[in-house]
Amino acid sequence: MRQTIVRNVAELPTYGYGPRSGPWWGAMGFMALEGMGFAIAIGTYLYLYAVNPNWPIGASPPDLWPGTAEAAVYLLSIIPNEITNRVAHRQDLAKVRVGLIVMALIGIALLVLRGFEFAHLNTRWDNSAYGSIVWLILGLHTTHLATDVGDTVVLAVLMFTRHAKPRRFSDVTDNVFYWNFVVLAWLPLYALLDWVPRL
Amino acid sequence: MSTVVDRDELRDDVLNGLQLSTQLERIWRTPSGLAGALMSVEHKVVGRRYILTAFAFLLLGGILAILMRIQLAGPEKTFLSADKYNQIFTMHGSTMMFLFAVPVMEAFAVYLVPLMVGTRNIAFPRLNAFSYWMFLFGGCFLWISFLFNVGPDVGWFSYVPLSSLQFTPTKRADVWAQMITFTEVAALAVAVEIVVTVFKLRAPGMTLDRIPLFVWAMLVTSFLVMFAMPSIMVASTSLILDRLVNTRFYDPSSGGHPLLWQHLFWFFGHPEVYIIFIPGTGMVSAILATFARRPVIGYPVVILSLIGTGFLSFGLWVHHMFVTGLPQLGAGLFTASSMLIAVPSGLQIFCWLATLWDGRPVYRTPLLFVIGFIVIFVIGGLSGVMVASVPIDTQVHDTYFVVAHFHYVLIGGAVFPLIGAVYYWFPKIAGRMLSERLGRWNFWLAFIGFNVAFFPMHFLGLIGMPRRVYTYTADMDWAHLNLLSSIGAIVFALSFALLLVNVVYSLRKGALAGDNPWNASTLEWATSSPPPPQNFDRIPVVKHRDPLWADGESLPVVAGLSAERREVLLTSLAEAEPQTREASPEPSIWPLLTAIATTVFFIGSIFTPWAVLWGTPPMAVTLIGWFWPSGSKEDEE
Ligand code: HEM
Ligand SMILES: [Cu+2]
Repeated sequence: MRQTIVRNVAELPTYGYGPRSGPWWGAMGFMALEGMGFAIAIGTYLYLYAVNPNWPIGASPPDLWPGTAEAAVYLLSIIPNEITNRVAHRQDLAKVRVGLIVMALIGIALLVLRGFEFAHLNTRWDNSAYGSIVWLILGLHTTHLATDVGDTVVLAVLMFTRHAKPRRFSDVTDNVFYWNFVVLAWLPLYALLDWVPRL
Repeated sequence: MSTVVDRDELRDDVLNGLQLSTQLERIWRTPSGLAGALMSVEHKVVGRRYILTAFAFLLLGGILAILMRIQLAGPEKTFLSADKYNQIFTMHGSTMMFLFAVPVMEAFAVYLVPLMVGTRNIAFPRLNAFSYWMFLFGGCFLWISFLFNVGPDVGWFSYVPLSSLQFTPTKRADVWAQMITFTEVAALAVAVEIVVTVFKLRAPGMTLDRIPLFVWAMLVTSFLVMFAMPSIMVASTSLILDRLVNTRFYDPSSGGHPLLWQHLFWFFGHPEVYIIFIPGTGMVSAILATFARRPVIGYPVVILSLIGTGFLSFGLWVHHMFVTGLPQLGAGLFTASSMLIAVPSGLQIFCWLATLWDGRPVYRTPLLFVIGFIVIFVIGGLSGVMVASVPIDTQVHDTYFVVAHFHYVLIGGAVFPLIGAVYYWFPKIAGRMLSERLGRWNFWLAFIGFNVAFFPMHFLGLIGMPRRVYTYTADMDWAHLNLLSSIGAIVFALSFALLLVNVVYSLRKGALAGDNPWNASTLEWATSSPPPPQNFDRIPVVKHRDPLWADGESLPVVAGLSAERREVLLTSLAEAEPQTREASPEPSIWPLLTAIATTVFFIGSIFTPWAVLWGTPPMAVTLIGWFWPSGSKEDEE
């Protein structure tokens, strides 16, 4: 088939930020999937809650402090996260490095807190359906948190190597974006796990 | 090639036709040899493999179907034991649903969608390669287990408590649950890729109302996958946890609930039917427009009904649970919405019939299969409206009436369009035409065989034959209809053998296809058959809904992309305005290694919970290898 050139795209940039970049949409896709996974897990929790006369079953509600501490750290982490976002848009390599290290440390701290939270659930996964669903939900969110922390660490390392190319700043902003989702996902789960059994 | 001018890299606008093709081919080609095959991230290579593998599973599932029909051909046969029969119908259902029907549709999308939207590769090609390996390993895992006599035997829906440890103490149900996870990971990955490809990689000017209907269908399907499959993953993970580490999700003695399984399963299982059917309608629209020689009438209506079907399909899962004793009001509501879903499907059928009516149809094999589809699907739809009402469902639930109904819907709705699609797109994929003569034989054998096999099952159901029984006694008067059904099944199977013969023969001896043998209107026909590794030498610009019909002999294109590295053009969501030129990944071995690590993790965890510990580091290492940007041209500078 003959072709007629009607437009030249040579001047377009080779990467973009946010909805202009492919990886951002990939992140959106995975957030939709995981969000749906959480929604189903929440639905399962509520279903079991509804069919059981006593809730929590044979246990006292989880101790409040680990989940609450996490919620606080999550909310505060939005500040350094947002700063990392800004410096990445400005392509300020030195500050991006600091931002990523801070975010990685926050992630690791949250994983440690998460360990305490498991220890303070006051139920085992095999005690009852209540224990099972609580462990499942916390397990799902922990996997989610751990992969994001892993991602942040790898990205931080990349930014200290020759791979710190301009378009990698766009990856940093996607990482920031995804972290907001990790935070956002935690809040309803926190309410569900720590407060619903106290109703 | 030293024609580089004022810019620092070679661009396609300084190369002429032949130079450009050779140069792009060199950059986009999959490396040769075994290593290249294992590293390929080209959507056409992966798509072809995916299609072939899915058809291999169709063959396996089909063999099991024939074994069942031999056993049921007469009363009190001893060809299969009750135990083997249970395994076989479970393997048949699981293979057909999880290893054939969904994957084959996604596989066609992997091959076709990038071509149809006018881009060079799918979004996230490495994820795509990973997805294929996961599908392959998950499918092999299921079948190897079956051959070693640890295959599942609890039905394709694995109802608890039957599938609980108490009633299935062997590994059979674990194999089933883990196979689900494999195939769902694969399906979810492809769904995300398709969505992003359609959203961001469309050719400039392909606005939302110029997207081909097949691509629309795959977009809607991908969303259904994304919202339905997490449910079955949560369900099967909970099941396997109950079995392996003693959680209590489905155990009523500790607050669990068996009905929870059915809710989670059917929240996925009902949309699943539409995940299989909607791509079929997309294939129908594509084939119909080409052979009716006019665009499908009611383009916006078709899209709205696709979206409507998608939404409604989520409201319907409870109709699989009428006999579990739901509150009256709920049952009424779900009956109504089950009947409502017939409306969008009906609208689409009217649009297709009008198109045929108004066009100048050429009755080639692909169109025959489309017409077969319409006939069979309408019958399946009618029996569907019947089982959607609570009183009738209560009567025929778990009888052969249901078996007849869902094969009419699944085979009519998906397999007939699919075979039509094979005839339609084979010339593009293979560069040669399939034999039309064998094609006609293929169609008539399939159409007659299918109806002879499945129509009698309606009557068998009405006179009381239950499903999932391995034999029956002579005094039941079921023998004649069963024999007829078995003969039909064999004829139907022969039609597939004929398809295979046709494919093998035509690959060598078929007439050369040329770029656009059917004179179709969509972009996949604007490039050579089979398409070169880069798909298009220059990215097309779309100005009409049917670009190849509207633009006649000269296709508008863009220039200015890199000719020395893999680059794709990203466009805006609604208007498809060019935005960026983004790098597309090079071939890589890491997706395969990641899939192997994941497989070890999944299978290991069936046998020991510790696999979760020692299985994680290899996965982490391979994932880092995957994302580490070495090997990409930009990073090597
Ligand atoms: C050659 C074509 C086929 C034949 C002869 C056939 C025959 C059968 C038979 C005899 C059963 C068992 C019924 C029972 O005992 O309850 C069955 C079940 C089933 N078939 Fe097919 N089938 C064919 C193709 C397909 C296809 C293409 C699909 C899906 C896309 C499919 C999906 C299923 C499912 C989901 C079940 C239920 C299995 C279960 O109860 O666990 N079949 N089929
Ligand atoms: Cu249904």
